[in-house]
Amino acid sequence: MSGFLDRLLGRGKGSGATAKQRLQFILVHDRINLSPERMEEMKREILAVISKYVNVDDDHVDIALQQGNQRGSVLVAEVPFTKAVEGIERDDPEILSSLDETVPKRDAASGASRPEADEQRDD
Amino acid sequence: MGEAGRPTAKPPARPTTLPGPAQHNAHGKKSKVVTITSGKGGVGKTTTTANLGVALARLGKKVVLIDADIGLRNLDVVMGLENRIVYDLVDIIEGRCKLRQALIKHKAFPDLYLIPAAQTRDKTAVTPADMVQLTDQLREEFDFILIDCPAGIERGFRNAIAPADMVLIVTNPEVSAVRDADRIIGLIEAENKGPGQLILNRVKADMVRRGEMLSPDDVVDILAIKIIGIVPEDENVIPASNSGVPVSLNENSRAGAAFRNIARRLNGEEVPITPLDGGGNILQRFVRFLVGSDSQ
Ligand SMILES: Nc1ncnc2c1ncn2[C@@H]1O[C@H](COP(=O)(O)OP(=O)(O)OP(=O)(O)O)[C@@H](O)[C@H]1O
Ligand SMILES: [Mg+2]
Repeated sequence: MSGFLDRLLGRGKGSGATAKQRLQFILVHDRINLSPERMEEMKREILAVISKYVNVDDDHVDIALQQGNQRGSVLVAEVPFTKAVEGIERDDPEILSSLDETVPKRDAASGASRPEADEQRDD
Repeated sequence: MGEAGRPTAKPPARPTTLPGPAQHNAHGKKSKVVTITSGKGGVGKTTTTANLGVALARLGKKVVLIDADIGLRNLDVVMGLENRIVYDLVDIIEGRCKLRQALIKHKAFPDLYLIPAAQTRDKTAVTPADMVQLTDQLREEFDFILIDCPAGIERGFRNAIAPADMVLIVTNPEVSAVRDADRIIGLIEAENKGPGQLILNRVKADMVRRGEMLSPDDVVDILAIKIIGIVPEDENVIPASNSGVPVSLNENSRAGAAFRNIARRLNGEEVPITPLDGGGNILQRFVRFLVGSDSQ
């Protein structure tokens, strides 16, 4: 329906939209002025800190830059983890591994908040 | 520039050695140094400088244009003044002539002048401090001093923005041009010359309508910067520079009209920026009217 309306209005979903998306990705990386290696290092350090407290599901981590308000950038992190490791202060490897078994991954909801950068900008 | 937000617009601190109010010209009015820049080459800086110069002169302003593209002199040709050049920018700076001797007066507009670039030198012949000193002298006499910046982010760019009160960034609705504009905007902010204002040149309304070109809204959205004008792609531009008569003198040219509007905005007038006007077929316009969606 909205596609039909778009066509009636003479608005296509053409390469212009692709150009906009690509630019937003390119600029967010241009603007932060951080080399890819430093960026990776930062992600590793962030994960290392989080891993001190919870069991991070490494395979499904997603940390990425998005365009923020005005010319700023937002670092958006999605970090799924299994249940927090309560006994971690006790430093008991056996408790850790038993916890892993008792908390099935699919139940352990997770994640950091995800600010909707795009919505903020459409004011 | 990793920080969020942008410094709020405040008049840049201008290093000046002159005593007294150098910002005021002979008539006690504020003079303005406006630098036209882009990052990417070939997007329309020289065309814009020439047209804003002519349009401001037609508004009765006293205007001088400085071609800062040393080694690639062009503004003289677009203005139709190439056969009147004796001295150039580097001659003034190195003291081979008086400032007045290097000012080329336009034939049709007695209050419009050009300082041409040197053709046989390179950008290192001029320093940012030289440009500040030169424009401080020009401020005494002119309402507007427009500087045509060379492409790139090197010395020529630094020379051109050093004395600027206001920076205009010209870009085209195209990925690489917008990317370079973004880089320039960052550099301008870093030099405390920000935030600058955008001129989107060579917009093809029909392509925007078909979704095959970034719209002015898209570009403003991406760059997060104020826009001062939208200039359409116009076949009158090339004949105009062929004959050395800037297109803003052509009453029938849409690009000319866009440049005249930008000049009025620079001059402090409130001139609304029209969205890419109407176009499309009658049915499309009618439906857009009904749906109330004419944001393009
Ligand atoms: N609105 C327009 N419509 C059609 N042609 C245009 C328009 N604006 C500029 N042009 C053409 O684009 C070309 C480049 O313009 P111009 O020389 O002004 O760019 P520039 O940014 O000064 O280039 P450089 O970086 O080399 O100094 C010229 O041939 C000019 O005639
Ligand atoms: Mg040029």
